[in-house]
Amino acid sequence: MIRIANGQGFWGDWLEAPVRLVEQGPLDYLTLDYLAEVTMSILQKQRQSDPALGYARDFPPLIGRIANTVLERNVCVIANAGGVNPVACARAVRKLAPDLKTAVVLGDDILERLDAFIEAGYPMQDIDTGQPLADVRDRVLSANAYIGAFALAEALATGAQVVIAGRSSDAALALAPMIYRYGWEETDWDRLAAGVVAGHIIECGPQATGGNSQVDWQHIPDLDEIGYPIVEMEADGTFCVAKHPNTGGCINSAVIKEQLLYEIGDPREYLTPDCVADFTSFRIEDAGPDRVRITGVRGGPPPEHLKVSISVAAGWKAVGTLVFTWPQAIEKARAADAIVRKRLDRLGLSFDQIYTELFGVNACHGPAAPLVDNPPEVQLRIGVRGQDRAAVERFTRELVPLILSGPPGATGYGEGRPVVREVVAYRSALVPRHEIRTRVEVIE
Amino acid sequence: MKVPLARLAHTRSGDKGDRVNIGVIAWQRKHYPVLVREVTAARVKAHFGSLVQGQVERFELPNLGALNFLLHRALDGGGTVSLRTDAQGKTFAAGLLSLEVEVDDREFAD
Repeated sequence: MIRIANGQGFWGDWLEAPVRLVEQGPLDYLTLDYLAEVTMSILQKQRQSDPALGYARDFPPLIGRIANTVLERNVCVIANAGGVNPVACARAVRKLAPDLKTAVVLGDDILERLDAFIEAGYPMQDIDTGQPLADVRDRVLSANAYIGAFALAEALATGAQVVIAGRSSDAALALAPMIYRYGWEETDWDRLAAGVVAGHIIECGPQATGGNSQVDWQHIPDLDEIGYPIVEMEADGTFCVAKHPNTGGCINSAVIKEQLLYEIGDPREYLTPDCVADFTSFRIEDAGPDRVRITGVRGGPPPEHLKVSISVAAGWKAVGTLVFTWPQAIEKARAADAIVRKRLDRLGLSFDQIYTELFGVNACHGPAAPLVDNPPEVQLRIGVRGQDRAAVERFTRELVPLILSGPPGATGYGEGRPVVREVVAYRSALVPRHEIRTRVEVIE
Repeated sequence: MKVPLARLAHTRSGDKGDRVNIGVIAWQRKHYPVLVREVTAARVKAHFGSLVQGQVERFELPNLGALNFLLHRALDGGGTVSLRTDAQGKTFAAGLLSLEVEVDDREFAD
């Protein structure tokens, strides 16, 4: 059996979690998932301003902090912390942890190859809308192919104790050590699918151990010291999800089911670069306190194409708020919204979207929210989005004047004018698998 | 009798592009057929009204006693584009719990 944990569900997750995972109990592999869709375009911009940046900057100091422990306990770390600059990330790690052999997996970043791909006849259409990439080519900020677990397993085979990837698939971080340790082949689809299901369960960290869970949430113990999830994987692809003893949170089949259903589409076809996993195939059972077992996962061959995540500059946006109070808070907020919209209209400004929410009334659930009658206070929240930065800037001047010229008692403007932000849109496209060649380098 | 979905199931939601998915899991296996019968794609779409601009797909996971719903064009353009407070659809899960579900007393008895 090998123990594989995930200590970061996203970049910005609890800094103590990975430290506690390596210190509080037995572990073979520590995975860390830093990359969300939005992260790649931010990192690409950072690299453009400084060629030594473009990776998850939390990662090298973390490795510095746990270096002695992972050396003593022989824990390997696998992370997609490399972002768009895995080599720079590895160099920063080596400075802080010179005793840890460090390898990188390269080949996911295809920003420089897009024109060649288009020329070669790959239209790389938006999977959702069918729009060819050429239509937005001049606004592309980043482009990365999702690479699979076999490339990461190859990095582990160098004897590296720290493996740094860029845009690997989330589940690949956990699947890689299973492939490496158990020698699973590229056609062992059921076992690969089991590894993918295991990786999916732990990829969002404590969402598998009682965080963000509706399962009797008031009684989930000690969320302040929640244990992050650990997969105990057998060579045949059966596995348990557990956590270190004496940590907070809880694991049971209801909690794990919630995470199994998190961010999936068709459950019969969970696509990864390594296999297709069938989430309707397996059996889940409670196997003791804070322990769930999964058996019988079935899988199939991976798709012919790899998914590419592409970020595209898509204009500007700003969101502003004002607060109105009882009596008639809702009516006041609606009246203020109408005034702002009329003034924008009279200025001749056009936007792709003007979106109004009454926070405290309908912001999150819209028409599904229960009706509220005469609440003590409401926050009016207006957002605009458009291609013309000057129009969005002008919008940011239109809220605060309502303190003097709008419905009575407007407040909550202490943060000043709204901030204008760049909008980055995401699209997925496909490229033939053979075009993406990964390679492993050990960084001295 | 009518009961809110919260009595029969728990939920979790998340985003992929401009889509929201909501997993709906029966608290007790015996209530899974009630979910299949009552919680249709059309009812989920109607429940969220103007929040969901596209179609709603439903998938069944009998092994988990669960349904998965995929709500298309449900995030005002997607997580990074959206102007909403809940730009990543995290609270659609809780929003669905108020859906009224018709059960007969026998089905609901423990």
